[in-house]
Amino acid sequence: MTVTAVRKDPQHLTMTLDAEFDASPARVWQLWADPRQLERWWGPPTYPATFTRHDLAPGSRVEYHMTGPDGDQPRGFWDVLDVDPPRRLSFRDGFANADGTPNLDLPRNEVDVTITELGGGRTRMSIASIFPSTAAMEQVLAMGMEEGLTQAVGQIDAILAADAIAARS
Amino acid sequence: MQVAPSDFDRMFGALADATRRDIVRRAIDGGEGVAELAVHYAMSFAAVQKHVAILERAGLVTKERIGRRKVVRTNLEGLLVARRLLDQYEELWRGRIGRMTALVTEPVEDRDP
Repeated sequence: MTVTAVRKDPQHLTMTLDAEFDASPARVWQLWADPRQLERWWGPPTYPATFTRHDLAPGSRVEYHMTGPDGDQPRGFWDVLDVDPPRRLSFRDGFANADGTPNLDLPRNEVDVTITELGGGRTRMSIASIFPSTAAMEQVLAMGMEEGLTQAVGQIDAILAADAIAARS
Repeated sequence: MQVAPSDFDRMFGALADATRRDIVRRAIDGGEGVAELAVHYAMSFAAVQKHVAILERAGLVTKERIGRRKVVRTNLEGLLVARRLLDQYEELWRGRIGRMTALVTEPVEDRDP
């Protein structure tokens, strides 16, 4: 397992994930900087991503879509905030409408990538997600991190179990 | 049922609030309208109405007319989808890191390391 830590800080509305790779910082940077590499990991195999616009410069916009098994193509975008190869990339990730324009009704979260050389041919990559509000953070916590997930799934299980009992009686 | 990211967002946003989860639990019976639900919470009718509207947009509850009354009922299919999506999201970043690891350990082709 290359994920070495997952931290969350409710006070500062951040969540950080650390991972370590047997590779140089330049190689890890390439995973973000080369859109063809990015396409091989951003989406799962069932929802591969295609980056149709990709220029990692402050102020530029990256555009992508995912392609689902039924051919559906949800769209997303990044607004690039800060770039310092091969050490740092910062962007705001959001959902886009079918025509590719940003959907600003949905929350965007800021993602900060920090790449650090550890020596011995190893590199640490930290992903920090910063959320605009407590509500947006709760939402993402409920999406799959720690207590948020456990709690929501627990509640849903309880609901479904209660319903099954009610249906039998 | 295929769900787009915007639907994930609405669904998880809806379930991220304790009051709304409680409304979803209570509305399984489908016996209460918004006014009756509001009695259970230390908040205004308008606030409860807003929570119900968020759940409705997320597909987690529906409003049904029974005679002259309108009751709020939990949409169980929506919940099953939500649970499946929660499981998927848990693995999202770990999956990405796994794929990144596979990529960086691939033999280098035509580029300098």
